[in-house]
Amino acid sequence: MNTPSNAVPESPLEPQKITPAAMSPTRPLYWSIRRELWENRSIYVAPLIVAGVTLLGFLIATIGRGMATVDPARKAAVLTEPNSFAAAVIMATTFVVGVFYCLDALHGERRDRSILFWKSLPVSDLTTVLSKASIPLVVLPLVAFATIVATLLIMLLLSTVVLLMSGLSAATPIPWMQMPLVLLYVLITLALWHAPIYGWLLLVSGWARRATFLWAVLPLIAVQIVEKIAFNTSYFGSMLKYRLVGGMAEAFAHKPHGHVPIVDLSQLTPGNFLSTSGLWIGLAVAAAFLAAAMRLRRYQGPI
Amino acid sequence: MLCIEARGLRKAFGTTIALDGLDLHVEEGHIVGLIGPNGAGKTTALNAILGLTPYQGELKVLGRDPWTDRDQLMRDVCFIADVAVLPRWMRVSQALEYVSGVHPRFDRAKADGFLAKTTIKRASRVRELSKGMVTQLHLALVMAIDAKLLVLDEPTLGLDILFRKQFYDSLLNDYYDRTRTIVVTTHQVEEVQNILTDVMFVNHGRIVLDCSMEEFELRYAELMVHPQHVAAAQALKPIHERQVFGRSILLFDGVDRHRLAALGEVRTPSIADLFVAVMGNQAGAAQGAVA
Repeated sequence: MNTPSNAVPESPLEPQKITPAAMSPTRPLYWSIRRELWENRSIYVAPLIVAGVTLLGFLIATIGRGMATVDPARKAAVLTEPNSFAAAVIMATTFVVGVFYCLDALHGERRDRSILFWKSLPVSDLTTVLSKASIPLVVLPLVAFATIVATLLIMLLLSTVVLLMSGLSAATPIPWMQMPLVLLYVLITLALWHAPIYGWLLLVSGWARRATFLWAVLPLIAVQIVEKIAFNTSYFGSMLKYRLVGGMAEAFAHKPHGHVPIVDLSQLTPGNFLSTSGLWIGLAVAAAFLAAAMRLRRYQGPI
Repeated sequence: MLCIEARGLRKAFGTTIALDGLDLHVEEGHIVGLIGPNGAGKTTALNAILGLTPYQGELKVLGRDPWTDRDQLMRDVCFIADVAVLPRWMRVSQALEYVSGVHPRFDRAKADGFLAKTTIKRASRVRELSKGMVTQLHLALVMAIDAKLLVLDEPTLGLDILFRKQFYDSLLNDYYDRTRTIVVTTHQVEEVQNILTDVMFVNHGRIVLDCSMEEFELRYAELMVHPQHVAAAQALKPIHERQVFGRSILLFDGVDRHRLAALGEVRTPSIADLFVAVMGNQAGAAQGAVA
């Protein structure tokens, strides 16, 4: 239930006319996801803004440092270095958006009492929770993918123009055949790896009456404190750290510097990633959290 | 056919008993007013019927168990909860699109027709609408759904009298067709008296009165008694007595109207008056029992 394979059609050109009563079971899911996008425009606005800011910075670098540098090798470096940085920043943004989205997803509807409206419609709690979980697991990775590819393309155009004007060949520093594949791989592995984090945040947002962020974070800190004082160990802390950043080490042969998406295809180790027990344990935990969130939503009313 | 059938419905919140073995039978095609003081258990009962809260006891709505079958049940049931619950960020056009997206029985053209009679703009967000307009929008959405049961919990709370009147008028004229069932709770009892087919009083988590409006009119009589006949009237055991402008008004249950006519002016009481009488007697009885 956590794989992106159950993505609903993203096409906005869904046929409007259907015969009443004969409604496909995915239709409520599709509309529930659209409704999430209506409500939370930050899902696509925030990555776009960050991409815009990155491009602005790149533009200044291109015109300023890029033009001023005489040495061709250094000039190329100025123009290619920001690539992976831009990708990392956009990915980090979608992660932060996903975290805050999840913290509010099942809390906001109870706070503004609109849960009574949603529950007055023939949409099951399963569909609702799945639609909300699919935002960080499917929609945000897709948004990140599209934004990063577009940003890198614009950067390529800008740097090509600068290089041509400097009389240098516009040798593409990015392996354009590989980049989208590697990027997609990174986004999918990250989403799967982080699934229990999103599951936990959704569960907390369905349970807490207020201060969802504190309820999501403080118990984790409390466990670490108790463990440290009682046993003088920090297994729980290492486990959390592994969950947060360990996925990349499992998905790539050589740990890249940060989240560098532009690597050689040979560095991808999907076999290793898929055989990591951490992945499957994480997915099982995510499924348990989502099931609990679903059950909670049945009982919960406005707060 | 029974639309709602509840037997021995129980629900407690901690030590507070909200439903204390409530029995409820609502037939298809009826408009039932569920009347009760605050905290009587009306909303809890409706929440149980709508599958919003678990309960003990037997409950079937349109033949389904609301708690386990809520999403299926909601194809045939609509409800408007006590206050505006439409999401404030939503645009009117989005609300129409979303409901037609998820509801197999929603008729978009019908909803558009209802909205055309109002001043609501499609591009407006719910938060920009007045309270009355939000209710109009919600009613337009609900009336465009071909449902079998409509549940209204204080639907007109906080609306001015024009909107309240209009609300019930459109409900009767554009929605009710004698096969649909409507259950409504409200504190503005006098406004629904004329549209109800049945009235039920709820108190302390039980139904304390359940009768059709025809029965109500036959059974209950209010007598504005001539001063010289007060003693004779009181001998007929009124269930309630009050003073208005120095004259006694007595409420009788099941006393022949011709006998009463000899003692003063007889009329059918309002539901509100009967409510005060029944609830007042209950409170009195409870106090008596304590003393």
